[in-house]
Amino acid sequence: MRITLNVWRQKNTNAAGAMKRYEVPNVSPDMSFLEMLDVLNEDLLEKKDADGPVTFEHDCREGICGSCGFMINGVAHGGHERTTVCQLHMRHFKDGDDVVLEPWRANAFPVLRDLMVDRAAFDRIIASGGYVSVSTGSAPDGNAIAIRKLDSDLAMDNAQCIGCGACVAACPNASASLFTSAKIAHLGHLPQGQPERLERAKKMVDQMNNELFGSCTNIGECEAVCPKGIRLESIAMMNRDYARASFMERPSTGEVGFG
Amino acid sequence: MELNSRVPSGDITTRWTRTKFDMKLVNPANKRKHSVIVVGSGLAGAAAAATMGELGYNVKCFCFQDSPRRAHSIAAQGGINAAKNYQNDGDSIYRLFYDTVKGGDFRARESNVYRLAEISVNIIDQCVAQGVPFAREYGGTLSNRSFGGAQVSRTFYARGQTGQQLLLGAYQALERQIEAGRVQMLARREMLDLVNIDGQARGIVCRNLTTGAIESYAADVVVLATGGYGNVFYLSTNAKGSNVTATWRAHKRGALFGNPCFTQIHPTCIPVSGDYQSKLTLMSESLRNDGRIWVPLKAGDKRKAADIPESERDYYLERMYPAFGNLVPRDIASRAAKKMCDEGRGVGESGFGVYLDFSESIQRLGADKIRERYGNLFEMYDRITGEDPYKLPMRIYPAVHYTMGGLWVDYQLMTTVPGLFCLGEANFSDHGANRLGASALMQGLADGYFIAPACVGNYLASTKFQPVDTSHSAFKDAEANVTGLTKRMLNASAKRTVTSFHRDLGKLMWEYCGMARNEKGLKLAIGKIDALREEFWDSVNVPGTGDELNQSLENAGRVADLIELGSLMCRDALAREESCGGHYREEHQTPEGEALRDDENYAFVSAWQWEGEKKAQSLVKEPLTFDYVKPSQRSYK
Repeated sequence: MRITLNVWRQKNTNAAGAMKRYEVPNVSPDMSFLEMLDVLNEDLLEKKDADGPVTFEHDCREGICGSCGFMINGVAHGGHERTTVCQLHMRHFKDGDDVVLEPWRANAFPVLRDLMVDRAAFDRIIASGGYVSVSTGSAPDGNAIAIRKLDSDLAMDNAQCIGCGACVAACPNASASLFTSAKIAHLGHLPQGQPERLERAKKMVDQMNNELFGSCTNIGECEAVCPKGIRLESIAMMNRDYARASFMERPSTGEVGFG
Repeated sequence: MELNSRVPSGDITTRWTRTKFDMKLVNPANKRKHSVIVVGSGLAGAAAAATMGELGYNVKCFCFQDSPRRAHSIAAQGGINAAKNYQNDGDSIYRLFYDTVKGGDFRARESNVYRLAEISVNIIDQCVAQGVPFAREYGGTLSNRSFGGAQVSRTFYARGQTGQQLLLGAYQALERQIEAGRVQMLARREMLDLVNIDGQARGIVCRNLTTGAIESYAADVVVLATGGYGNVFYLSTNAKGSNVTATWRAHKRGALFGNPCFTQIHPTCIPVSGDYQSKLTLMSESLRNDGRIWVPLKAGDKRKAADIPESERDYYLERMYPAFGNLVPRDIASRAAKKMCDEGRGVGESGFGVYLDFSESIQRLGADKIRERYGNLFEMYDRITGEDPYKLPMRIYPAVHYTMGGLWVDYQLMTTVPGLFCLGEANFSDHGANRLGASALMQGLADGYFIAPACVGNYLASTKFQPVDTSHSAFKDAEANVTGLTKRMLNASAKRTVTSFHRDLGKLMWEYCGMARNEKGLKLAIGKIDALREEFWDSVNVPGTGDELNQSLENAGRVADLIELGSLMCRDALAREESCGGHYREEHQTPEGEALRDDENYAFVSAWQWEGEKKAQSLVKEPLTFDYVKPSQRSYK
């Protein structure tokens, strides 16, 4: 089949960008979407196209590393349930389809080139508190703490987040609430995460706001596009923990010191 | 050159404890005076960087991806082994050690493997404490599953995403150290050269992939944890970015390359569907717990799976290896699948596939139980092939998955360049000629969390360091070398794309240095690969400039190194006149077609020394001795 692509081309963060049209003939329905772009890029290279091949981020091509992702016809990852761009196959498209590709759009995700954006803000949110503070060597036996299977499963549901950024791109406010809450909920469901639970929520939410992500207004677009099925209820958990933290997380007299 | 493996002697159960006791320590106040470079942020790299940050060293960690969380460890599905014996099924550190030495077909160092088994139990504890959500039983205890090459259940897992969860644990520990200011993270950097000063590794040169700037970094120690080189086959289960460049450039600066031809072909991957195919997708080995592998009894049987009656199916692994059945080690399962397809009994349009059938397990356990165990794998299969594995058997075929070879390291994970350490898949050390399932995660984390931090400390405490910075002439030379290579690629005659070279290399490697190898094929491949190398430098098509984000340029550098490596792999395979593990020389097989080892002449590690551009590397041998697990013909019957 033949696909027409309209692709956002932008040389670097500061350059102006523009949409360009490309034809890809001979697309096989068994190709992945990225393999279709590979074919386009080989063609652009052979033709010595002035803009060069289209830059897009990708690595594992198995839907787990979280590198890939862009808007396909206005929907993050193309709108197939629990599917990243790399797992999307051309059998979902028709001969003659006209497809628009744009990078994630958010102030906190500057465009680096074409469809590639900078998501370092996500790392900084994790760095602000998205962990259990346990240094190597100081762990008790793995079976020392029994963990309810349900708690472990709920933690796993949230821990599956791949940090792709689709939630931010889909949100009209460009909020990173789903991403941030997934980590807060992952650790918050586990006994290991309890000692730092409130402090973690406070630090991570504050960092998210500092990165200029927007606020959550319960629209739910994030949940609809999340390739790992992270649910909106995690945001509720985050908000509850954050609210508690706002009045619980005061320094103890011991930390303030005497007199 | 003489290799000193620094393997301790005496009772194997106390070798690591004694080695640690003999190590020199850096006192806490002095640790912050030492700087460490870690290249790579997968399980080994992130764990090492985080742990050394915790200890108080100044750590810089580099990765080529946008974030350390993307490293390809994330794609490991099935699980991680540990000798916890939580199932009370007869497991022990000694049994894990024994299984791993045997599984590796007696081409790994006993001391290293014992240490790995010993540390395996600490890894699980550490990961649980970090909040890794391993699968649990209803009583709240940790759950286990079985894996190939073992008759006990010792594999810990987090659904089908164990690698992801372990990596995120290490990533979170790393981010904690970044926040604490102990680790500086430099993402989107690719290491392009190693800098040695006075015979010690003292820094690296890398390219900033966003700006194109060539940047130098100095340190007291350089740790490479840059993964494997399966992408030399073009099609593999590796991530598209996985490459050999960091270790290859270190090889050119004096680090010997160990057992390059030892490659693991994983038996259960989704078959190739067309020429445009960019990578292959693994279906976890854990599926072999509940799936049965079969092909039609008759060659050329093109009926649908459902139309082939039970009596006309050949469950060939259960038939050939009744003791282990569908859970034989990977090399054996892969070769058996190839044999079936060579006999014309392969399934699917191409004939390169065998069935992995869950119908019996679904009947026995119910679809819900199967969904709970493998739900995400079944979904992934469905997305890629458009077929529902709850209704139709999966079609699978072997694909390149892991490389046991890598930079040669001694017992303390140091390469032949003092101050250059190598961890995880990037080194050659623990898996011999075949890695058992769920052992890669174990090795990456053992190296990263526990072994490297101790050994690096020992090196720092026992070595004198002259102050150096990046204005030293050795850095300038390395920068000039890197810039020169970039220019050559940009100025070549632009006749063929990088990917077309890569595909050609992959075809040669798969054909002649894949599941079966022979002298004639290997010699032919070496000639063709060397010619491909010439053509590459002459006519590769790399657009744009070096001063911008340029993915074609990044890829060109990686493919250039993979081509040279491919040639060395073939030479290594040619020199090893025996079959062992994943290395199967057709000239050396038993009457039943099993791998025939030659312990008298080939019980050694092949370590190859760089002799200069366009010169053949020379072979240095490290003899292997087996004091505990006596080499025998592996039998899984």
